[in-house]
This record gives sequence, C-alpha cells and structure tokens, in this order.
Amino acid sequence: MNKIFLVASREFKTRVQKKTFLLSTIGLPILIFGFYALMIYFQVKTTDNFKVAVSDQSKLFNGKIDDKKSTEVIFSFIDADTAALNKKLNNQEYDAYLFIPNDYNLQSGEPQIAFRSSKALGLMTREKIENRINNALEEKKLLALNISKGQLDSARLENNAISFTTNDGKKDNETKVGISYAVGMIAGFLIYIILFVYGTMVMRGVMEEKVSRIAEVIVSSVKPFELMLGKIFGIGAVGLIQFIIWIVLVFGLQLLIPVLFPDVAAQMQSAPIQPGAMGAATAVKESGALQGILSGLAEINFTLIIGCFVFYFLGGYFMYAALFAAVGSAVNEDPQDAQSLLLPIMMPIIFAMVIMTKAVNDPNSTLAIFGSLFPLTSPIVMMARVAHGVPDGVSVVQLIASMALLVLGFLGTTWVAAKIYRTGILMYGKKVTWKEMWKWAFKNN
Amino acid sequence: MHNILELKNLQKHYATQKAVDDVSFSIEQGSIFGLLGPNGAGKTTLLRMITGIFYADSGDLLFDGKPFDPQNDFVHIGYMPEERGLYKKMKIGEQAMYLAQLKGLSKSEALEKIKFWFKKFEMESWWNKKVEDLSKGMSQKLQFVTTVLHEPKLIILDEPFSGLDPLNANLIKDEIYGLAQRGSTIIFSTHRMEQVEEICDHIILMNLGKKILDGTVTDVKQQFKENKFNVQFKGQPTALVSPIFTIEHQEKQQLILKINEGYNSNHVLNYLLQQDVLIESFNEILPSLNDIFIHLVEGSKATTRAFQNN
Repeated sequence: MNKIFLVASREFKTRVQKKTFLLSTIGLPILIFGFYALMIYFQVKTTDNFKVAVSDQSKLFNGKIDDKKSTEVIFSFIDADTAALNKKLNNQEYDAYLFIPNDYNLQSGEPQIAFRSSKALGLMTREKIENRINNALEEKKLLALNISKGQLDSARLENNAISFTTNDGKKDNETKVGISYAVGMIAGFLIYIILFVYGTMVMRGVMEEKVSRIAEVIVSSVKPFELMLGKIFGIGAVGLIQFIIWIVLVFGLQLLIPVLFPDVAAQMQSAPIQPGAMGAATAVKESGALQGILSGLAEINFTLIIGCFVFYFLGGYFMYAALFAAVGSAVNEDPQDAQSLLLPIMMPIIFAMVIMTKAVNDPNSTLAIFGSLFPLTSPIVMMARVAHGVPDGVSVVQLIASMALLVLGFLGTTWVAAKIYRTGILMYGKKVTWKEMWKWAFKNN
Repeated sequence: MHNILELKNLQKHYATQKAVDDVSFSIEQGSIFGLLGPNGAGKTTLLRMITGIFYADSGDLLFDGKPFDPQNDFVHIGYMPEERGLYKKMKIGEQAMYLAQLKGLSKSEALEKIKFWFKKFEMESWWNKKVEDLSKGMSQKLQFVTTVLHEPKLIILDEPFSGLDPLNANLIKDEIYGLAQRGSTIIFSTHRMEQVEEICDHIILMNLGKKILDGTVTDVKQQFKENKFNVQFKGQPTALVSPIFTIEHQEKQQLILKINEGYNSNHVLNYLLQQDVLIESFNEILPSLNDIFIHLVEGSKATTRAFQNN
C-alpha cells in the first residue's frame, strides 16, 4: 500500500508541476470564459440613441410607432424617398431608416417594409426594433379585425392548459424534460471526455516507462500490479483536482458576469446555475421562459446527479485506465502501434456515446437499460438516465445493479490488464498483437 | 562463509522454449560472481527470477538461507538490468529519492545516503538537473548509485560498464571491489570476458538455458588448460625433438610447446637443460575465458536461439 502511494504521488507531482498542467487547468476555463464574455458583449451591446428615420408613405402609423419613451432607439418620422433616405444614412444623420411603401397592404404584408442600417445591428438592438415594430403592426392588424388587445389576451391559451403527469402523480413538464436532457447530455459527454483524456494519459505514462527502459528497474522493487495501480491512482487524482479547479473556476467566473454586464444581470436575476455564459445569453433572449427553467432545475435532484457523476467518473476511469495501461505496456517505441491496439478499447466508449444520445430521449428503452447496466458503457449511458431522476429515468434496482456491475467490471478489467501489463512492460523490440495479449492475460506464465 | 543465494533445479519455460532449464548453483556471501553466456542463454530470465520479477516454474531459490520471499527480500537486492533507464523529465535528485524510497528507505535516510554517494562520485551539482541533460555515462553512474545506495546484500549488475569511458569504468570497478569487501555479494553479468577475468572470483557459464560451466576462475582455467608452455631462451635454437613434448610454434628465441601425455613440466625442463638451452623464462599458457567461452558455445545452436528469443 505504501508503495502504491509512493508511485501515485510521483505520478501526481510530476504532472501537477508541469507548466502545461497549470496552463490547461487554469488557463483553459479563463480562455473559454473570456471567449464567451466577448460573445455576450458583442451580442448584448446596445447602442444608445440609435436613430431611425421612418418614412411612412402609407400613413400606417400616423406619426407614432408606440407609446414607449426609449432613449435606445428613437424613431423620427420624416417624409422622404429612398434615395433621400440613403443620402441621410450616408451623411450619418440617422443610423438606420424604415421605409413603408405607399401601397403597403397591412393584411398581406406586401410589399415588404424595408429596414436599412449603416452597419450590422447588435442582437439586442435588432430585437428591440423588431419587437416594437411587430407589436405595433400586430395591434394595427387586430384593430382592422375589430379585436382589442385585451380580448386577444383573454382568448390565448396558457402554456399549462394540459397537465402532464407520470403514473406516480409527479408533474412532468416540458422544461423539466428539456433540462434533464441537457444535464444528461452534458454529464455523459464529460465522462466520455474524461475516459479518453485521462485514459490516454495513463497509456502514455506506461509507454514512457517502457520506452525509457525504467520499467525493469522499478519492478525489481515494486510489483507490476502496484506500479500500475499507483499510476492509475496518481493520474486519477490529477484528473479529479483538475475537474474541481474547473468547476470552481466556472462558478467563480459566473459571478463575474453581473459585474461585467449589468444589463444581463438585471434580466438574469437569480439565473440558473449552468455553465454560464451561453445560458445567460439565451436567458436574456427569452426571459419569460426563465421562470420555467428555474422551476425545472429545482425539480432536478442535483445531489443524486453529482453523486452519480463522481461514482461513474471514478468507476469508468478505473475500468478503462487499466485497459489503457495494458495497451501502453504492449506498445514498443512506435506510437503508431498504439493506434491499432486502442481500437477495441475505443469502440465501446464510442458505442456508449451513441447509446447515450438515444437514452437522453428515451431513458427506459431496452437499449438504454442494456447500455446502463453493461459496465463498459454504463458510466456514460447511466448519466443520461439518472438526469431524468429516480425512479422516472431509472429504477433504484437498476441503478444499484449498474453500480455493482461497474465495480465488478473494473475489478475484472484491472485483473486482466494487470496480467498483460506484467508481461508487456518487460517485452522489448517485439510488435504485439491482440492475440498475444489475450494469451498473456489468460494463460499462466 | 555462508551462501547468500542458492538455486536448486530452477526451471522457467516460455511458450516455445525452456529459458532456464534445471539450473543449480550457489553464491558465497562477499564474492563477485560472474554469470556468463551468449545472447539468449537465459541469463536475463535467471536474473529476473533472482530479483523476484518472474516466478520460477519449479525448483527452489534460497536467499540468505531461507526460501526467497520477493515481497520482503527486495530491500536486500539491488538490480541494475541491462535494459535500464530513468525518467527523462525528472530531476536527478528527486529521481534518486524516489528510487531509494521504493527500496524502503525513509525520506531522511534516503537523503543522507544520496548525499553521501553523490559526494563520492562528484555528482552534487547534478541535483536539480534533468535526466535528459545527462550524457550516457553520467546516467549510468546515477543508475549505479541508485542500485547500491540502500546497501543491499545482493547486487546484480547486468553489463554495468557498457558505454562507460575507462575512467568511469575504473571508478565503478573500485566501488564493486569496495562493496564486496564490506560484505555485499555481487552478481556480474556480461559478455566481456576480460572484465570477468579481472573482477570475478567465481563464474558460471550458461548456454541454451543450461549451466555448462561452474567454478572459480582459476579452476576453470585449470580445467581447460592444454598443457601448453611458453619457453624463452638465449642462443641459437637447436633442433629439439623429444617424445616428451610437441612443438607447436617456434620463433627465434621463443618456443611454444605442448607436453605430451604422461610427462610433466619437469621432464621438459630436464630435457631442455640437457640440450644446453639457456632458459630465460618458462611458463604455462592458460586459456583465456574468451577462448573457453568460444570453445564451449561455438557449434551449439546458441546463435539461432538468440535470434528466436526476441
């Protein structure tokens, strides 16, 4: 045990002390955040005193779009043809103009109203202009049909006219399903990435030991199995630390958004806690749906999801890391060899990813149930089902069975991998095939 | 003197061949023991069994009088394999600390011993260098230090001098003598026969997985001697014909002769004196280990097997 710890702490220290670790752990989230912040900045950016000249040839609006007193977009009515309007635009008297043709027909909307601006509009400005004009047009149309706005509102169906419930009487609303979908997808995808990134890291570590010929020196003091476990634990710890730092950074940087963009913050209020900036942008767009998202999030059992995430993160990592280590031990100097040997390991991971995309839609399909029980695919697939909650997405029995199978699976792969590893790390100058690895694993030597 | 290591009928099979086939021998504590053999003779497999990396299929291995228990005895063994390396990106000091701690030393013990050895080998300034900045000879020195610094009872060195310049080779050689004097036993595996002759007390020769020769260097030489003598003399050579010996080679003032069966060197001297030859020197020509090695291994299928083995 002491030796496993020694090996693990060496693996951990040498990786954490590298500059690339700092760069990828702290730099990457900041970079991504900065990128999103820039995106929000440009999308959200509103121009104050955006002057729009309105040339209302058909006298549709009677000199007034609506009653709003906005300083952001100012509509001023003038009488001019398009040529004159274009000239004014070029002279920068106005930022944009709206031209309503003389023969404009309110019912058919033909010929179209033209809006022309000197430069491309920011998303927010565009929204504002579009909303105000559309509302004004809608009101005019209703008036033409002799309906008042109040009558229309009372006639509209609320979203919740139909009450969807599941058999056990729980509410099953659309936003919740949507959020479960997103959470399941993100969690499954993260585990997929983890398996690949840290699995390859283990493989590279083993290859390095073999290629640099230190393996034999080490195994004269440490059992190969201890060396392999130490490596897996050490790199696993690196992964865990890296993830914790990422999560802390993401949440921390999230708090920066209100400081940087007071506008957005005002609309977000107590915005949903999800990897931030993109969510913020959509939240701004449909702040009406925000309430729904919030209540949907509240219904999701995050303790369960985070608990399961950590379990399947570690379980999946341990299971695949041992296999990656076995492949690393069989590879000689040529990293090309690794490619062909890796294929059988990558197949189930990719397969799991495919099942996962199906399972988020239909968590109780036969394929999803199989995928979430089979230990090689369960770490990814189960996250998709767990996101839909217990027992909606997955029954307690299945969850426990899946966890137990994963533990057995990882003991199994580790046992097999250890036997391959033991022979492989001391085998030099020979190209190894899967057939031979099979022999190492299952024949006594 | 008691035996640090005893091998009894040790066997190890691979899928296609017997790598080590019924090998027995014992090694006295404090001796320098040479393990010789052509490529693919089974030396590495044998050494891996002695270091606990492989398990024998059958046979007994006694370490210090008790059945070998790799789990606990590894602290008494230092192994420098032929295929050896270091972590390239690690600092030299940290690397030495790591390897020492794996051998069961505590942090403070490890630090103290590393400092002692680094000072001895004038490597103190290396501590913060990375292994990739070292020359081959320098990393070899570091490997030697990490092999012996936990003061193992049994030190196994597989081709320890390959790639070392004569100066550093002598440095290591002196250390080997020193360690043996302080009670460590050294197993020394190499193809370089002149080094074996110089360093080893006792040798065994392996070929095709079997032990084909076992004894002290002097005994082995005696065993393979061909009763050849070298005579140097003064004056004009006369025609020397005698049933006592046959002349193999004759130069102006030198004679190489082989004593025939039933006679000994005194008979030769007697005869030469009677012939009035003025003898300057008279000494026996013993075969070199190299000759013995080639004589024993040549003709076996050793070369073909060496290529099959990898």
